[in-house]
Parts: sequence; structure tokens; C-alpha cells
Amino acid sequence: MRYPANGLGGIFKLLQTGPPAPTGDNFRRKATSKRKLMAKLNINGTVRDVEAEGDTPLLWVIREQVGLTGTKYGCGVAQCGACSVHINDQVMRSCSIRLSDVQPTDRIVTIEGLSPNASHPVQKAWAAIDVPQCGYCQSGQIMAAAALLKKTPKPTDQDIDAAMTNICRCGTYQRIRTAVHMAAADAAKG
Amino acid sequence: MKKSTNQIIRDNSSKLSRRTFVVGSAAAGGLALGFHVPFGATSALAQTAGGTEVNAWVVVQGDDTCIIRVARSEMGQGTITGLVQLVAEELECDWHKVKAEQVTPGQNLARKRVWGEMSTGGSRGIRTSQDYVRRGGAAARQLLLRAAADEWEVPVAELTVENGIITHGPSKRSTSYGKVAAAAARLTPPDPKTITLKDPKSWKIAGKPMQRVDTADKLDGSKVFAIDVKLPGILCAAIKDCPVFGGKVKSYDEARLAGMPGVKKVVKVKDTAVAVVADTWWRARSALEALPIVWDEGAGATASDATIADLLKEGLTATANNGERKNGDALKAIEGAAKKVEAVYSTPFLAHATMEPMNATVLLGPDKAEAWVPSQNVEASLAALSEASGVPLAKCDIHRVDLGGGFGRRGGTQDFVHQAVAIAKEFPGTPIKLIWSREEDQAHDFYRPISQCKLSAGLDDKGNLVGLHVRVSGQSINATLNPNGIVNGKDMRQLQGLWAEPGDAQLGYDVPNLLIDYVMRNSHVPVGPWRGVNTNQNAVYMECFIDEVAKAAGKDPLEFRRALMGPHPKHLAVLNAVAEKGDWGKPLPAGVHRGIAQFMGYGSYSAAVAEVSVSDQGKVKVHRMVMGINCGHAVNPDQIAAQVEGSVAYGLTATLYGECKVKDGRMVDLNFDSYQIMRLAEMPKVETVIVPSYDFWGGVGEPTICVVAPSVLNAIYAATGKPVRQLPLKNVRLV
Repeated sequence: MRYPANGLGGIFKLLQTGPPAPTGDNFRRKATSKRKLMAKLNINGTVRDVEAEGDTPLLWVIREQVGLTGTKYGCGVAQCGACSVHINDQVMRSCSIRLSDVQPTDRIVTIEGLSPNASHPVQKAWAAIDVPQCGYCQSGQIMAAAALLKKTPKPTDQDIDAAMTNICRCGTYQRIRTAVHMAAADAAKG
Repeated sequence: MKKSTNQIIRDNSSKLSRRTFVVGSAAAGGLALGFHVPFGATSALAQTAGGTEVNAWVVVQGDDTCIIRVARSEMGQGTITGLVQLVAEELECDWHKVKAEQVTPGQNLARKRVWGEMSTGGSRGIRTSQDYVRRGGAAARQLLLRAAADEWEVPVAELTVENGIITHGPSKRSTSYGKVAAAAARLTPPDPKTITLKDPKSWKIAGKPMQRVDTADKLDGSKVFAIDVKLPGILCAAIKDCPVFGGKVKSYDEARLAGMPGVKKVVKVKDTAVAVVADTWWRARSALEALPIVWDEGAGATASDATIADLLKEGLTATANNGERKNGDALKAIEGAAKKVEAVYSTPFLAHATMEPMNATVLLGPDKAEAWVPSQNVEASLAALSEASGVPLAKCDIHRVDLGGGFGRRGGTQDFVHQAVAIAKEFPGTPIKLIWSREEDQAHDFYRPISQCKLSAGLDDKGNLVGLHVRVSGQSINATLNPNGIVNGKDMRQLQGLWAEPGDAQLGYDVPNLLIDYVMRNSHVPVGPWRGVNTNQNAVYMECFIDEVAKAAGKDPLEFRRALMGPHPKHLAVLNAVAEKGDWGKPLPAGVHRGIAQFMGYGSYSAAVAEVSVSDQGKVKVHRMVMGINCGHAVNPDQIAAQVEGSVAYGLTATLYGECKVKDGRMVDLNFDSYQIMRLAEMPKVETVIVPSYDFWGGVGEPTICVVAPSVLNAIYAATGKPVRQLPLKNVRLV
């Protein structure tokens, strides 16, 4: 299939121009596959069989084939980060990763699998200071923050500026910053 | 952690919650869908809620849990928490045993609108329902107390109640709400008019920074937005409306989709759009992208930024206007003034860009219609569902789902519901979920109206403002959405914030000779309310120009304003509050400058002090924003602060980046790679100053956004000496 020039947003653009966003978009890429693919995905510690075209974005496989809807669609072009998941502990924007580029050995973690009972320090901090407003972007924000803390347990404001690039239209940014610091302090206490 | 135990979780477990029911059914692979609350049966709720309905607002369960009903929509603004606080305050129940439950518009209709208006816009959610919801809570308390008094055969006046425990002091007996609820429900309710509400000074739950009741499921992915709804057999639709507003579908080549996986049907939606229905949304979207569509673009295709700007510019000097306020003779006073100041400002179209794009799921059964809609006005959604499907209102209902952002996009404009119904008509008995792509969402918004403004001022030889003329030329929201709001060609809505009338959006300045008028100039681009609506543009015009005039008068911007605000003590009090908290007049680090602004909208008074620096390369950095609001009653100070913080982010995005460019009759920037949104790194430190005067009820979600841009622009003016008269800043060379 040939995409129209103004066509399929993210995927097409990424193939043409490479990643526009700072996180989650430098995932390995093979040749495009429109062919239907039977794939095994390791999501939240469970290996699942999925069936979709090889060029289906991981986001839509997670939402529509696997049925985990905590990972959100916001832009489809790796800009907003609402679709953020962890792949092998790295935060990635799943809207711009194709199913055919994911290996069965890749460990994918979605918001649903981040912790039992929302017990991750990031989730606890988010609850403590009521970060969410509408909540739609917060799965992605939380996944981005958790990945940041894994890599940088005591982030500075500059670290947070660099890592937390997800869009929130309600404007919860100030509380996100506070909550990331709070989660870091909480995690340090053990 | 500030809080660990007793998290109040919004009730998603009762059978009344259709959302939970449906999701549960889908997970279990069940098919038992549809209405479980019989229409017209007034007692249905009491039976199905898993507790006893004491009155429309309060259901008490056996374990003393109080379920408090909420009619308004939640899109992040905290209205549910605030309304529950108000009811709980009067109810005197245990806050740790409170749950919230949303009612549907079908239920409201069936019970003669016992829950009142459901529309959630204009920052009205709390201020226009606070009275009756508090009376609802108080009436329930009276019924519960009377039931206990009857049981013990003692005068009700001898009873006290705290945290849902009723005590009879003389006999040392006590009982709980859960134990007397059934008896209470059988009593005749008091006349709400006879109820004396609590003095806010004695509030214990309302007025306090309670944590939100709806946070838990936003932390683990379990919250179900409309876009997440799962139903057995559901099909998904992607849609493309003619990119040129007003254009139509000419033809499309459906044969090109032959053999594409999962595709069920191509549907022409009205005359203007084409939708593809498939088993998954991604397949529907992929097929739609592959579908060649020929458009009849119509007359709008010749419009562009330049033609629209010309249209507005002509309105700046037009003779006839579409509404005005005046006192004295402004034009004459300016003509004869010792010093004149004149400027032309402009602001662009803006998109709402809710994080959750427009979507709706519709299921048309043989004799009923239901929909899952992220809606700021579920009654408007209900009306749209009925109108588009032909199913009578009484056999329609809208399932309650919270919105992934609203900002004014999803209130009166139910275009996406009409589309989803049109598609679902082709699939009777099958649920259809229509999701707009981000590109479609950007291409077919009801945009913040574009306008230009010409301002002229006259100063006397002492630098006093003797005359002011403000001419706004731009698009009318009423012309797009509410033509009946334009009476005899007059449309004062576009002058919001500049009005003479007190109480809602009054201009806070007293000028001896004043003329403010509006000239309507409409392009083919549809416009609508956008968080803060017309206060945004009008505050930029008025508040930035006031700084220009103050400078011409050789006066400090704060002092210049104060001299005009004598008859407006409430406006002035908030201005003074931010000036004090914002250290107005005190030294700043090198390169940092302050700007100030005040304005009124949605019944509340707002002001801001911004601290801004401009780099040698012209890059703006906003360091600190001190934001003040008097919303009358402060129901939840922490949530007010959250709204103020959010308004800074929304307002700064507009100030720095926001602009919807028009070329060949269509929107140009269709995703966040080109329609830039401010990120966390650019978020300034926000300090919120709440100064409630407790003598009125004002809004919260919108009022403060309008002072963000002018305070920042005024700080830039202080930094560079050059006024910024057009937005966004990304287009303005500052150095």
C-alpha cells in the first residue's frame, strides 16, 4: 500500500525523517510489513499471542488486541507521550513502534503492570498531592517518571525538565515536578 | 506521604454505574447490555443503588457509606469533589465513607430534572448548583435525624449528629445513618426553602483542601474514558470531514479498500464526511488513509490568514457596530486630549486540543438508543442522540464517562455524536465507536474566535486617562453556535470582561469618557467557547494597552490602574493581593522584569504578576507567576490552586505558541509536531493567592486564564520597552 502524501502521520513520518521526540522513538526498525503477523508479546510479565498487521503500532496492539486501555492515544506521532510504555526498562512512545519491530523477548510494561495496587513510589506521590486533573495523560506521565527514577534516582529539576516531555493539557506540570521529587525521596527511604 | 489511608474512592461498584456494569460485562464476555434503570420509575434508583435513597442527592448504605449523586461533568476541574464536599458538609456524614456517583441525563429526564442542569461549562459547575445541592444534603440530614427521633420517641431538637452518628445526649443513645436510612426514606421531605444552610465559617468539609475523590483510577490505567469503552461485537470508525470548512464530499473510490483487513463498510456521513468502519480503529484509520476522496471544497477554499485578517481590519474602522457600552463622549475627549495613545492588537484562532480526541460510542437497538460520550453537557448529548437517531428522548440515554479534557469543546457542540449516530444507523444492534484522529481533531474544532482590537486613549496634562475607545473586530461565537443570542444585530458576548454590568465579567476601570464597541466579522471557520472564552482576547487588549497608556502617562502600571479602580473595590482587592505577594516594586535579579494584569470573568476576580526575562536572542522565560482569585466561596482551596496552575499552562501555551493558521480554507497545523504545546520544562513557578470574600459565588476553572498572557506581555514590555501587540510570541521578534 502506498500512503498518501499527507498520510499516516507518525509511522510514515518516522520512516522518512527519523524521530522527532526525545524519548521512546529510537526503537529498532525493520522493513515495513503489511502482512498479518502472529506475534508473541511479553506484556506485564505475561506472554500473549497477538494477531495484527506487522505495521500496526504497538499502542493499538496493546489497546485493541491485548485490551489494556490505560495506555492512551493522543497524537500518533510520538509527540505527546500519552502512549508511553516501558520496553526493557526504557520509556518508549508506543504509537511509533511497529508490532513487527518487537521481539518476544522484549519486556513490555504498561501502566497496568507498573506495580501491584498502585504502590510504585511515583503512583503514591501522584496520589498524595493529587497530580491528575482529567487523568488522560497521566498513565504516560507516570511511566515517564518511573523510567526517569529508575535511571536517575535523585533527579534535579533539570533532569526532570529533560525527561518529562509528555504533554498535559490540564497543566499539571507543577505538581508533576513536585511529585517526582517526592517519589525520589520516598524511594530513597525504601 | 501526606496521605496513605482512607482514600476516598469514587464509587464505581454500584449497579447504578453503567460504566462499571458495561465494562464488567465486556470482560466477562456477557451480553446483558442495555438499560437497567426503568424509565419513568421514580423509585428505580433507590432499589438499584445498593442502598437506600434518602433523597435524590443522598443514598445511604448499610455500612453507613453515603453515596452522593453528582449531575455535572468531570473533565479534571474537580467539580465532582467540590460538589460532594458541599453535600457532605450539610449532610454531616463521615467524609471517609463518602462516594460519588454520577446520574445519567435519561434518569434526570425521567425524574423531571430533579438533579437540575447538567451542563458543565462557563465555570458554572459549582456556583450555579451549590444552593440546591447543599439544600439536598441538609434535607437528607433532617430526614435521617427525624427518623432517629421517631424511633426513640424524643424531640428531634435533642439530637446531635457528627460524622453520620446521631446521638441523643439525655439518654446516651446513639445510632448511625445506615441504621435509620430506610425509615428516613419513608418520611415526607422538608420544603427546601425552609432549610437554613450552614454559615461557611462553620464549614468542616467544604472550604477545606480535601483530596480529590476521583484520583485512584487515574493512577493505574483502570479509569475508563469513552475512548476505552469495550462492548461485545463493537466496531470502530475513523472519519474524515472535508478539510475545507463548508465543503462537501464529491466522490470516493471504495473499491480501493477491497481486501483490506477488518474493513466492514465505508459510510458517507451527511454530505461532508466519509467514515470507514472496521473491526479495530487502527484498521479503520489505515483504510481511511488509503481511500481516495474527492472533495467539493466550496467557497471557503479561497480563504487564508491574509484574507481573514483583511476582513477583521476593515471592521476596526467600520461605522456601524454590533454592540457597545459607553459613557461620556470618548471620541471627543480623546480628540481634545493633551496626549493620545493608539494601538492595534490581534489574537489568532486557537484549537482546544483536548488530550482525548473527540469520540463517541453509539448503540442503536430496536427501540432504544444509548451512547458513551465524553460530554460537558450530557443533556445536549442526549438531545443529539435522539435527534440524529429518531429514537424518542425517553428511550435514549447517555452513559457517564469522564472527559479527557473539555475546555469548552464538548458542550453545546455535539458534532461527533451526530456523526457517530449516522454511522451506527448503518449497523443496528452493533455498537460503533467513532474516534477522531488527532489530525481530524485539529482540522475540525470550534476554534477560539480570531479578533483584532484598536484602542485609543486620551490623557490630560497630568497624565490622567480622560477618554478610552476600544473597538473589537472579530468573529462571533453566537453567529456559529447560537444565532438567537444575537438580537437586533447586537452581540455583546464578544465584549466579555469589558461589560458595564456588575457580577459576571465587569470591566474594573472607571473612565470618564468610555466607548467600547464590537464589530462582527465572520470568516467561514467555525468558532466556539475555549477555556476563558472572550476574556482571553479582551484581557490582552485592555491590560496590555493600559500598560502602554501608563507608560505614556509616566506612571507605574499598578498605580495607574489603582487610580481607575475606585468604584471597583473587589477588582482592586485582588490586584493588591497579587501586587503584595508578587513583590511589586521590589528589586529583581538582573534581567528579570515584572508585569501585572487584572480582569474579571465567570463571576470571579483575577489578577496576576509575572516575572519574565528575555534573553539576548529574544527567548522568553517565565520564571514565576503570582496568581490571585476571589471566587467568593472557596470550596476546595487545593483544587482551586490546581485550576489556577492549569490555567497558567493553558494560557502560556496560547501566549507562546498557540495559533491555527488557515491556508486554502483549511487548517494547516494538524498535530503536535507543528501545533506546539508547552511542556513541563517551560512551566513557571505558580503561587496561587485565594482571597475569598464569601459574599458571592464565582467560577474557578476559567477566570484566571485571561490574566496570564497580559501579565507576561507586560513583563516583556517592561524588559524590552516595546509593546507586544500580536500573539503568539513565537512569531514576534523581541530583540
